[in-house]
Amino acid sequence: MKNAICTFCGNVCDDIEFDGTVGKNLCPIGEAKFAAKRRMEAPTIEGEKVSYEEAIERAAEILVNAKRPLLYGWASTVNEAIKLGVILAEKLGGIYDQCSSVCHAPSTLAMIEEGIPGGTLGQAKNRADVIVFWGCNPVEAHPRHPSRYSVMARGFLTKGRQYRHIVVVDVRKTATAYLATEFYQIKPGYDFAVFTALRSIVNGHEDAVPDEVGGLSKEKLKELADVLMDGKYGVIFYGLGLTHSRGQDRNVECIVKLVQTLNRQTRYILQPMRGHFNVVGAGAVAAWEAGYEYAIDFSRGYPRFSPSEFTAVEALLRKDCDAALIVASDPAAHFPKKAVERLAEIPVIQIDPHPNVTTLLADIVIPSAIVGIEAEGTVYRMDGIPLRVKKLRETEYWSDYQILRLMLDKVIQMKGE
Amino acid sequence: MTLHIKNGIVVDPKNGIAGEKMDIFIKDGKIVEESEVGKECKTIDVSGKLVVAGGVDLHAHIAGGKINTGRAMRPEEMRFVRRKSNGLRAAVGRTLLTSPAIGYEYAKMGYTTAIEPATPSIYVIHTHEELDSIPIIDKATLPLFGNWHPVFKYAADKDVEKMKSFVAWVLERTKGYGVKLVNPGGVEAWMYGGNVSGLDDTIPGFGVTPREVITTLIAAVEELKLPHSVHLHCNNLGVPGNYETTMETIKLAKKFRNDNRQVLHVTHVQFNAYTGSSWRDMGSGAEEIAKLVNSMNNVTIDMGQPIFGHATTMTADSPFQFELHKLVKAKWCNKDVELETGAGIVPLVYRPKSPVNAVQWATGLELGLLVDADKIAVSTDYPNGGPFTAYPYIVTLLMSRKFREEEMKKAHQYIEKATALPSIDKERSIEEVIQMTRVTPARVLGMENKGHLGVGADGDVVVYDIDPLNYDSSDYQAILKALENPLYTIKGGEIVVKNGDVVGEVWGRTFWVDASEQTTTEIIEADLDEYFNYYTVKRCNYGVEEGWLHNPVRITAG
Ligand code: SF4
Repeated sequence: MKNAICTFCGNVCDDIEFDGTVGKNLCPIGEAKFAAKRRMEAPTIEGEKVSYEEAIERAAEILVNAKRPLLYGWASTVNEAIKLGVILAEKLGGIYDQCSSVCHAPSTLAMIEEGIPGGTLGQAKNRADVIVFWGCNPVEAHPRHPSRYSVMARGFLTKGRQYRHIVVVDVRKTATAYLATEFYQIKPGYDFAVFTALRSIVNGHEDAVPDEVGGLSKEKLKELADVLMDGKYGVIFYGLGLTHSRGQDRNVECIVKLVQTLNRQTRYILQPMRGHFNVVGAGAVAAWEAGYEYAIDFSRGYPRFSPSEFTAVEALLRKDCDAALIVASDPAAHFPKKAVERLAEIPVIQIDPHPNVTTLLADIVIPSAIVGIEAEGTVYRMDGIPLRVKKLRETEYWSDYQILRLMLDKVIQMKGE
Repeated sequence: MTLHIKNGIVVDPKNGIAGEKMDIFIKDGKIVEESEVGKECKTIDVSGKLVVAGGVDLHAHIAGGKINTGRAMRPEEMRFVRRKSNGLRAAVGRTLLTSPAIGYEYAKMGYTTAIEPATPSIYVIHTHEELDSIPIIDKATLPLFGNWHPVFKYAADKDVEKMKSFVAWVLERTKGYGVKLVNPGGVEAWMYGGNVSGLDDTIPGFGVTPREVITTLIAAVEELKLPHSVHLHCNNLGVPGNYETTMETIKLAKKFRNDNRQVLHVTHVQFNAYTGSSWRDMGSGAEEIAKLVNSMNNVTIDMGQPIFGHATTMTADSPFQFELHKLVKAKWCNKDVELETGAGIVPLVYRPKSPVNAVQWATGLELGLLVDADKIAVSTDYPNGGPFTAYPYIVTLLMSRKFREEEMKKAHQYIEKATALPSIDKERSIEEVIQMTRVTPARVLGMENKGHLGVGADGDVVVYDIDPLNYDSSDYQAILKALENPLYTIKGGEIVVKNGDVVGEVWGRTFWVDASEQTTTEIIEADLDEYFNYYTVKRCNYGVEEGWLHNPVRITAG
């Protein structure tokens, strides 16, 4: 199959040639995704093999009997399954939360404050003469980003690498920094201060900037501001380096304001480097079905949003949830210890194509078809562009959609609605 | 399922019925003759009540990346709870509604069809996913053409054949319904910080003008015989003095002729109907525009009525959105989209005591009162002017001079100087407002089975608690209450609303237009292949298949 779609990172490359076992054009991390891996043989309840129907029936019972189940994960499945997840959370009066709450949630909070001046990856490819990578390292995390969309991409108006000024700003010299025209190393935790200095210079207040900010001399800052202002069309990509260092959403808010200011003089867009291939969908579907992107509680019969209460980690730490459905995710490997301990105390149902750390504490495990290889559906790339991922081979495994469809039907039946 | 709606007083302007006691019969989702229904038919007696076709909204941003980004950006909008989830879905949102809320709220005021009017084609799967998540109503989407590089190229080459081919290709790929243009040329100019200021500016990099883009597309759409004409958001939106550009644009239609419908639909005209040279001396150009539209027989418009209170502006007119962001100092989302189009979102409040907002409010109403009812449709350009849930309010304002007087008292007195509204005594009749909310939008869209109750029409019927032969226009509260709480909304023969409450959920259809018989894509194959070198998705992964949609209906052009 030509032009298959890779379902690993937020790049969602759509030019993969797949012959059933090997994929061409995949980067190393994409290859790992497509490589054969250990699978779970069948659904299990307390380790005992059962049929899909039995596992789903039992799961539905647990969820219906829970006072406030947590439905978490979603970033690595298709929108069609996510939609069922949101409706399920609503019917159950539970909490819907997704992987963003532990990665780019600060970006959402910044957007609530300031909006986001954004654009598609095609804008970077076709128009950008200045590209900035701030606190992100695509060479390792989104390996084909530089060639497909940014550094080397051959665009309509910007024809290739030599027409672009590439800037990397980070706290250490990353692999991406070696692609840069100019690398600026700043002190950890000083992003906010550096943005503020840059905004001052761009606004014509360089006299307010001290001799050194965040490890950059005033000269260096002025040089960087000039590079930014000289761009006819600039794109700033940023990553977890901003959202997970001191300041978090305030960092993002400040870079948004810098981009707003730059747009008064030239054109700039800002784009977060989103991780999982459909983490954007996990927020978007929830937004149109329930009004919010994550941390949504339905216990009152309608959706409420409160990141400090209804994210998975907060709800677990507070022991607010008495059962959990984990879909296409591995919270046991990524959540803080105390939250994982709570997860171990409550009944956990897992839906995932592969065993992971969460499997070890799951009471019911429902193996699913691999999205983009064994199951189709819609996913949103990091810039929100939708792509329909394909089914490349037949499987006996049920898709996330099929599993959740039956689970939702069972729940509706049990609740007598 | 068959349904007999008994003893109502029918207003059906398209079929010349102006308040006659009549029975209506629905079978298999369509209006039928009495002889076609059998004995086991459900009957509802609506003696003395107004019976009309379901409302049609030809322009509301109800689905896709813009409204959804708006939701994510404005959680403050979502705290308004419209219903809890018992039985049906929970529904929330003040002026930005969730998808379930959109379907329920349309049905609750007697609307059964709504058109999403601005989709970037590359995002169309998302738009369809949201349309498919809206219960009850029928829908369609209009892809954006006005700033797309191949469109500029074919307009510059005056190549109508290739333009036709491109339009047909896009409609098929997007499962789109018609051709939308937003600030043609202006969005491309914005990619480098500019805009265009009128019909004859050169679009940077393409040696072509907005005038040429608009007229070439009208020619293509007319030759393709699409059911809907070019649907245009003019240049210079939201700028004092812009009514001149709007008038000039409307006159472009004079070169074209179509006996069935308009050749140009100019949308949310209120935002393009200002006189003056700045916000300090702006006024209404509605009278002039109304005169012009009334004098022509091939142009239609919709109101774009602002509603005092909260709104969220969202358009593909990204340079305008940036200006608005600077003007009102509110948060701002922007999206530059490949080589296709752009978008922007800015929250806004229309304040009755603001002279500018008061003039905008009055201007919309002037258009609604002065333009012939068969040439104007009611709209708020949801959510730009405010929520579509305000349609009963707008219609009541049009019907009741007394209500207008009450509302004008709340507005800044500058409207007395800057608009003609205070001097307009006219009160729209029931036939006229039914025309403006049903017949006209259905005809503008080329939807033959919508907007009327003749045999063969869709079984979308609404019963309001008004006696059309005997009502008092000065008792505006009674009119408003009746319009906000239909006794019944019937969608495809199913009762979905009773006494103003949603009682049932059905799933509507998505219409799209197949124009492939009117042209061939062969002549643009090479162009498309070349062009897709500059996309970030492969041509074969671009667009949406019919099978992915919930309930698609293909309309063949011609
Ligand atoms: S860059 Fe990302 S999407 Fe592309 S092949 Fe690698 S892992 Fe897959």
